[in-house]
Amino acid sequence: MQGEFIIKQISVFSENKPGRLAAIAEALEKSSVNIFAFSIAEANSFGVVRALVDKPDIARSVLEKLGFAVQFTDVIAVRMKDEPGGLYETAKILGEAGINIEYAYAYSGKEAAVLILRVSQAGEAIARISAAGGSLLRESDLG
Amino acid sequence: MFWDKEMETLRGEDLERLQAKQLKWTVSQAEKVPFYQERLRAAGMSADDIHTIEDVKRLPFTKKTDLREGYPFGFFAVPRREIVRIHTTSGTTGKPTVVGYTRHDLKMWAGLIARNLTMVGLTPDDIFQNAVNYGLFTGGLGFHYGAELMGMMVVPSATGNTKRQIEMIRDFGVTSIHCTPGYALHIAEVVEEMGVTLDSLKIGVFGAEAWSETMRNELESRLSLKAYDSYGMSEMYGPGVAFECQEQNGLHIWEDCYLPEIIDPKTGETLGLGEKGELVITSLSKEAMPLIRYRTGDITMFLEDDCPCGRGLRIARIMGRSDDMLVIRGINVFPSQIEHVLLGIPEVGDQYMVYVDRINHLDEMTIDVEMNRSLFSGELCDLVGLQKQIARQLHDALSLRTTVRLVEPGSLPRFEGKAKRVVDRRGGL
Repeated sequence: MQGEFIIKQISVFSENKPGRLAAIAEALEKSSVNIFAFSIAEANSFGVVRALVDKPDIARSVLEKLGFAVQFTDVIAVRMKDEPGGLYETAKILGEAGINIEYAYAYSGKEAAVLILRVSQAGEAIARISAAGGSLLRESDLG
Repeated sequence: MFWDKEMETLRGEDLERLQAKQLKWTVSQAEKVPFYQERLRAAGMSADDIHTIEDVKRLPFTKKTDLREGYPFGFFAVPRREIVRIHTTSGTTGKPTVVGYTRHDLKMWAGLIARNLTMVGLTPDDIFQNAVNYGLFTGGLGFHYGAELMGMMVVPSATGNTKRQIEMIRDFGVTSIHCTPGYALHIAEVVEEMGVTLDSLKIGVFGAEAWSETMRNELESRLSLKAYDSYGMSEMYGPGVAFECQEQNGLHIWEDCYLPEIIDPKTGETLGLGEKGELVITSLSKEAMPLIRYRTGDITMFLEDDCPCGRGLRIARIMGRSDDMLVIRGINVFPSQIEHVLLGIPEVGDQYMVYVDRINHLDEMTIDVEMNRSLFSGELCDLVGLQKQIARQLHDALSLRTTVRLVEPGSLPRFEGKAKRVVDRRGGL
């Protein structure tokens, strides 16, 4: 039940130097992988490119063929009201439940703004958000 | 199994008598070389002054730079027409060093290689793939003729085209391979990528660069073979000067052909058993190019106890180079120490590069390390933790702060010959 709300994010290890993001994006374009959302986290000389895509398995295999270190990471995606207080609603639920947000990024989806969260306890987060009337996305809802 | 049991097990007075006789002969041979005529005269020594092996300590040292000045044939002690082959050493600066061989030299050299290969358990039933450069580098032809002399079937695969090398091992049922340890790791990587195994392979002979015990464990487990260390240098024929036996605990140095000493590289003072210093070798059988107290630049020591295999003196595996030794902010650093740390951390690959710069008059060491693809967690915090762990372990090993950069798998240069993993960009003072 909760498992259906776990979304596979691809995480790619990349050196922090010119052309690396272009190399990743080009590979995805060539294999017709659409990127719904992405973010870059960086530390010193390297970083991790995180993305939600329509075909994660294909994305992983083309990037690995290019020599990138790639891993899937479980994240959850929550619909937010695209208005003041939208982010607060979700963050408050998790904060009150003692669930830590390791990182988050957002994109503007077709119907609503979407908040992508990497949390310490995904199952618990899904339960709490659902119980509070929040709306979670399945992988098939992305886009 | 012995190839030449009498020589391999010669000890005590019998050995010293032979060595003294050969030392006297070597000095008389050296007296035909203008460089040595001058040096011996300056030291007040001649072949007539050599009576015991202790007399070697009264002879002058020969340095690599001396040999360079003799370029190309200045160190040959026989007429040019008696030289049947030359090799050159990989000189990193300026001209290479040319080494020459008479027919007798080549025969002696092949005999030493045959000793070594027999010592690790190889027989004429084995198939031997010689995956090193076959040109001017001594490792190719040196091992080739020794392995042939022993009677093995030799596959002279040379270097390059790793997939083809792997196919040959599989198709021909190769049981033993000789290459650099770095190239062996590369073969292991490609074997894993291809999703195949090398079931026939049982013995690996690795040399031409220093490699650690951690690397041995890795090679042995990834390639499912026994890995043996081979030591030598072109100036002393080539590979085969010293070699591990099946005990894998130190390398037997062939004292009937070489008179080894360990010295303090700074003072030139002779050191005793168990004391770490620079290996110095006087050749005892070389006709074309006798060398007296040649400073190898390699750091090792004589092991104190006897080897159960019954053979003679052993040196420890090479710990570094006295001339590769980097002095970083006044601290001596051997690249092998860095390698040892990195190979002990599974999250990083086998590949690394060390850069030394001088920034604001301070030496800075930067180490690029490849991430191990299969142990990437996907989390940035794990990468940062790994980077800190590497820096901390390097600090423990070297007493030195370094900058560690994680780089993408496959992004660092691969070396098929001698690996050049240290780039010193400090320039002159």
